[in-house]
Amino acid sequence: MNTVDAKACPIIANHIKVALVGQPNVGKSMLINSVSNAHLHVGNFSGVTVDKTEVLFDYKDYHFTVVDLPGTYAFTDYTIEERVTHEYLCAEDYDIIINVVDSTNLEKNLQLTSELLTMSKKVVIALNMSDEATKEGININAEYMAELIGVPCIKVSAATKEGIAELIEAVMLKHETPKNKPKLVFSESVEEEIAQLVWYLDKHKFKSTNSYRNIAINLLKGNKKTYAKLHDEPIWVELQPILIEASKHIELHHDSDDIKESFAEEYASFNRGIAAEVLKQKKQEEKKTLTEKIDSVLIHPLFGIPIFLFFMWLLFQLTFEIGNIPMDYIDMFFTWFGNTIGATIANDDIRSLIVDGVIAGVGAVVLFVPNIIILFIGIALLEGTGYMSRVAFLLDGFFHKFGLHGQSFIPLVTGFGCSIPAYMSARILKNDRDRLLTLFIIGFMSCGARLPVYVLFAGAFFAPDMAGNILFGIYVSGALLGLVAAKVLKITAFKGKDEPFVMEMPKYRLPTFKLIWHTVLTKTMMYLKKAGTFIAGASMLIWFLSNYPHNSELIKSYETKIETTQDKALKVRLGHQLSEAELEQSYLGTIGKFSEPLFTPLGFDWKMSVALQAGLAAKEVVVSTLGVLYALGSDVDQESSSLMGAISKNIPFPSAVAFIVVIMIYLPCLAASIVFTREAGHIKYFFYLFAFTSVAAYVMAFIAYNVTLLLV
Amino acid sequence: MKTLLDCHKACKVKILKLNTSGDLKQRLISFGIMKGAEVEVLEHAPAKSTIEIKVGKMRIALRGEEAKLIDVEKI
Repeated sequence: MNTVDAKACPIIANHIKVALVGQPNVGKSMLINSVSNAHLHVGNFSGVTVDKTEVLFDYKDYHFTVVDLPGTYAFTDYTIEERVTHEYLCAEDYDIIINVVDSTNLEKNLQLTSELLTMSKKVVIALNMSDEATKEGININAEYMAELIGVPCIKVSAATKEGIAELIEAVMLKHETPKNKPKLVFSESVEEEIAQLVWYLDKHKFKSTNSYRNIAINLLKGNKKTYAKLHDEPIWVELQPILIEASKHIELHHDSDDIKESFAEEYASFNRGIAAEVLKQKKQEEKKTLTEKIDSVLIHPLFGIPIFLFFMWLLFQLTFEIGNIPMDYIDMFFTWFGNTIGATIANDDIRSLIVDGVIAGVGAVVLFVPNIIILFIGIALLEGTGYMSRVAFLLDGFFHKFGLHGQSFIPLVTGFGCSIPAYMSARILKNDRDRLLTLFIIGFMSCGARLPVYVLFAGAFFAPDMAGNILFGIYVSGALLGLVAAKVLKITAFKGKDEPFVMEMPKYRLPTFKLIWHTVLTKTMMYLKKAGTFIAGASMLIWFLSNYPHNSELIKSYETKIETTQDKALKVRLGHQLSEAELEQSYLGTIGKFSEPLFTPLGFDWKMSVALQAGLAAKEVVVSTLGVLYALGSDVDQESSSLMGAISKNIPFPSAVAFIVVIMIYLPCLAASIVFTREAGHIKYFFYLFAFTSVAAYVMAFIAYNVTLLLV
Repeated sequence: MKTLLDCHKACKVKILKLNTSGDLKQRLISFGIMKGAEVEVLEHAPAKSTIEIKVGKMRIALRGEEAKLIDVEKI
C-alpha cells in the first residue's frame, strides 16, 4: 500500500471523486440518496436521470464527490443521455468508478461492467438490490466474483441501506491502493490477436497511459477515439495491416461480418461464464413471476388501454373530489387572515396592497395545493411502480399513427406534473426529430400549474359530481389535441423516417411510502415556494398596475354622487361602479382595453385578456390575477364572495370554455420556455413554438367559443 | 424463414440472425438480443404493433417492424 505517498498531498488525498455508472433502472440515484442525504429524483423506468448530477458528502477523513450519471446499457451512444455518460467517463477527471449492478439480473448487467473493465480506471462493483435477490432465492458469491474479475464486489441495498458503509470503505481502500489489472478474458482466438497487437505495441515502446492490452481491445472493437489517437502516430502504417488481419480472423471465427457483434458475443460469453461461477439460484418451478401475472392483466391486448384510461379518470376524479374538501377551509383562512391583517394597517393603499394584492393573489394559488398534492401522488405512483413503461408499450401503436414514438409517452406523462422535467426527459428519445416533435407537444399535456385554473372554472360552472369528469375531459382533450398537433407537425415540419422502438419493461415494484412522500413533498414545497415568492411578487405588480394611476376627479365625482343620494342600495351600487371605473382606467385596464379587440372574437372581457397575458409568466398567475381583479372591483355580493362565485357570475359560459381552451394550448410558462429553448438547441425553436401554440390556441378557442354559443 | 414477429404468445425461440445494421443492431445487442440468445414472447399489443419479449431475465418491448428483422428458430 502506498498510503504514505498519498498522504503527502493532503488536499488531493482527502478528496475522492466517484463516477456512478450502471445500466438504466438499477437504483443509482437511490444509492446516492442512501449514501448521502440528497433527494435525487427516483423512479422505476429507464431514463429518470438524464443529466449528470453531483452530490457531496463527507465520510471519515474523506470528502466525497459522487457524480450520478444517466444509465446506459453499453457504450453505444444511442441516446443523448447515454452520450452524456460515455463522454464523462472518457474525458472527465475522476478517481474511481462505482459500477452499480442489479443483483437480480447479474448476467445482463455485467455487459456494461465488462466494458468498464477495459477503461483502465479503478472500479468497485456495487451489487445492488441484494435484499430483493435474496427474496428471489438468488445468491451471489461476492468474494469469488471479486477474485474472478479482479475488482472489489460489495453487496448493497439502496432500499434497506445494508452494505452502504462497506461500499464506502471499499472505495476508500481501492483509492489508496495502486491500480491493478482487471481480469477480462476473451476466447482463445481473440486472445491470440490481442497478444499479437500487444507484442507489436511493446516492440515499438508505444507511449500511452492506457495499458497495451486495453489499447489492443479498443482497436479491435473499432473504438473511434482510440483510432483517432493512433492514427497520427508513425507506427500506424505498420499497425493497420496487422489490425485488418486480426479483425478478419475474429470475424471468421464468429461467422459474422460485424466485428462489433463478434465482440458483443465475446463479452456475453465472458459474462455468462462469470454468472455461472458466482451465481447460485434456488431451482424455481417454471411458474409465472408476479410481474408477469400483473402484466397479463395490465397490458392485455383488449383491456389494457381501458384499464389505463380508468386509472387516469380515477386520478382526476380524486383530484377534484378529495382536493375540494379542504378548499373551503383554506379559503376561509385566507379571508380571515386578510381581514385580521387588514385591520392592523392604517394606510389605505398599503392595506389594499397587502390584502387585495398579496393575500388575495397568493391565497388563490395556495387554495389548490390539495389538488396538486393528489395529482403529484398519482404521477409518483405511475413513475415508481413501473406502470409507465407498460403504458408506453400499450400506446406505441396508437402514438405511432400520429408520428410519435412510444417512448414519447414518458416525457408526455411527466408533462402532466410540470413541463420543465418533461422537456428534460425527452432526452431518452434517440432521434432529434422525434425529440423536437415531442418537445413541441409537451405543452399540450396540461401541467400541474394549470390545474388550479381548470378546478376553478370546472367548479364555477358545473355541479361538484360532474366537475371531476370535466377535469378528466379537459386533460384528455388536451392530450388528443396534442396528438393531432403531432400529426400536423410530423407531416409538415418534422418529416422523416421512423425510429425503432426498443425499451426495457422494468419489474413492478411497490414504491415505499417514504419515497412517495419525499417526491410529493419536494414538488409541493416547490409549488408553495413559487406561491410565496414569484406569485406574491406578480400579485403585487398586478395590484399596482390595477390601482394606479389614481384619478382623483373620477373619485370625487362618484363620492359627491354617493353623498347626495339617500338610497342605501344605490350607494352600494355607486361604490361598485366607482371601483369598476377606477379599475378600467388603471394601467392594467389600459393594457386590457388595448388588447381587448384581439380577444373579443373569443368572447373575453379585458380582465380575462389581462389574466391570459399575465399567464405567460406562469399559469398560477392566471388564478392570482383573476383573484386580484375580482377582489378589487366588481359587484361581488356576499353570497358569491369566493373567486369561484365571482367567475360564475361574471363570465359567460362560452367565454369560459374558450378561456380554458387557450389555457390548455398556449405556452406553459417563462421558466419552461427557457428550458424548452435549451433542450431544443436553438432560440428559433422557441419562436416556432410561440407562434405555433398561439395560433393553435386562438383558432381552437375561436371554434370552441362559437360552437358553445350555438349549443347553449 | 421464421421471424420473431411470427411467433405466438408464450413461444420460446432462439435467435439466428439480426437482419439489420448500425445503431439498431447495436441497440438490440446492448439489450442482449443477439445471435444465440433465447427469447420468449410474452405479450402482443393489438394488431402486433408492439410485442413484449423476455431475454434472460429482462422484459423488453419492441415494435413489430423491429421484430420482423430478427430471424429465429423454435427450441
